[in-house]
Amino acid sequence: MDFVARVYVTPKKAILDPQGKAVASSLQALGYDGVDDVRLGRYIELQLSGVTGSEAAGSRVDEMCRRLLANDVIEDYRFDIEEKLEEQGA
Amino acid sequence: MTWGVIVFPGSNDDRDTRHVLADVMGAEVRMLWHKDTDLNGVDAVVLPGGFSYGDYLRAGAIARISPVMEEVARFANAGGPVLGICNGFQVLCEAGLLPGALIRNSGLRFVCRDEAIEVANTATAFTASCSGGEVLRIPVKHGCGCYVLEKNQLEELEGRGGVVFRYADTAPNGSVNNIAGVCNERGNVVGLMPHPEHAVDPALGMVDGRVLFESAAAWAVKGVAA
Repeated sequence: MDFVARVYVTPKKAILDPQGKAVASSLQALGYDGVDDVRLGRYIELQLSGVTGSEAAGSRVDEMCRRLLANDVIEDYRFDIEEKLEEQGA
Repeated sequence: MTWGVIVFPGSNDDRDTRHVLADVMGAEVRMLWHKDTDLNGVDAVVLPGGFSYGDYLRAGAIARISPVMEEVARFANAGGPVLGICNGFQVLCEAGLLPGALIRNSGLRFVCRDEAIEVANTATAFTASCSGGEVLRIPVKHGCGCYVLEKNQLEELEGRGGVVFRYADTAPNGSVNNIAGVCNERGNVVGLMPHPEHAVDPALGMVDGRVLFESAAAWAVKGVAA
């Protein structure tokens, strides 16, 4: 089965995020009040093939996050997984 | 003693390091390619500065899965002296050989200047020849040098004397507790953002970095005695 996994990596709450801070102050400079906080992260899209099911895909992606895609010292991650339906030729 | 200098794609201080160790200090140096699966019998390893793999994903994240890093980890776990400078420090953190992580400088700017670096722990492979509280003049040049870790881990690190170097003045990058360099529990693995290899050759006007490399020899002798 083929899946697409969408991984979101964000700096941990307790960790300083200088880029997010700069973006927040830029938004304020543009006149957007009420932006209390900005956390700048990373979006990663994975195309997976040959996986037995969504549970297997999930545990594989979780392992990838722990081993490479996110650094658990400074980052949190979450992801969602969607099965890719076969192209029916429209 | 024989030094090994690891060369990753994107390392750019590897030859500076070779120059000071071989030409200035007269040591034997072997350059070790990131695909090597053997450290070639060296007595100490340097992971040099640079931008391995273009800092893709996170600084050091790709380099740490290089084949040579398995050997570096084995060497480190056996007590071998390993020094990570700048990008090398980032690689050691990503590899889990040192605690913490290095993120974008708090000022969001690349900083390049000389800094006063205080030696906070002399019981390591690279500070054994320093005196406690000694202040070394060493340049920094980095964009991702803000050292961070969670509060409880920071307390643990400080509690065991894991901080080896601190910026004597305000940290140029926002590092927590002014931390410029740390070590593992055994003290044989040390990482720091400042560049001691740029302060060894008298031609460059600064020589305070030399003591780090001299320390490794002293450490090795002490290791044999113990």
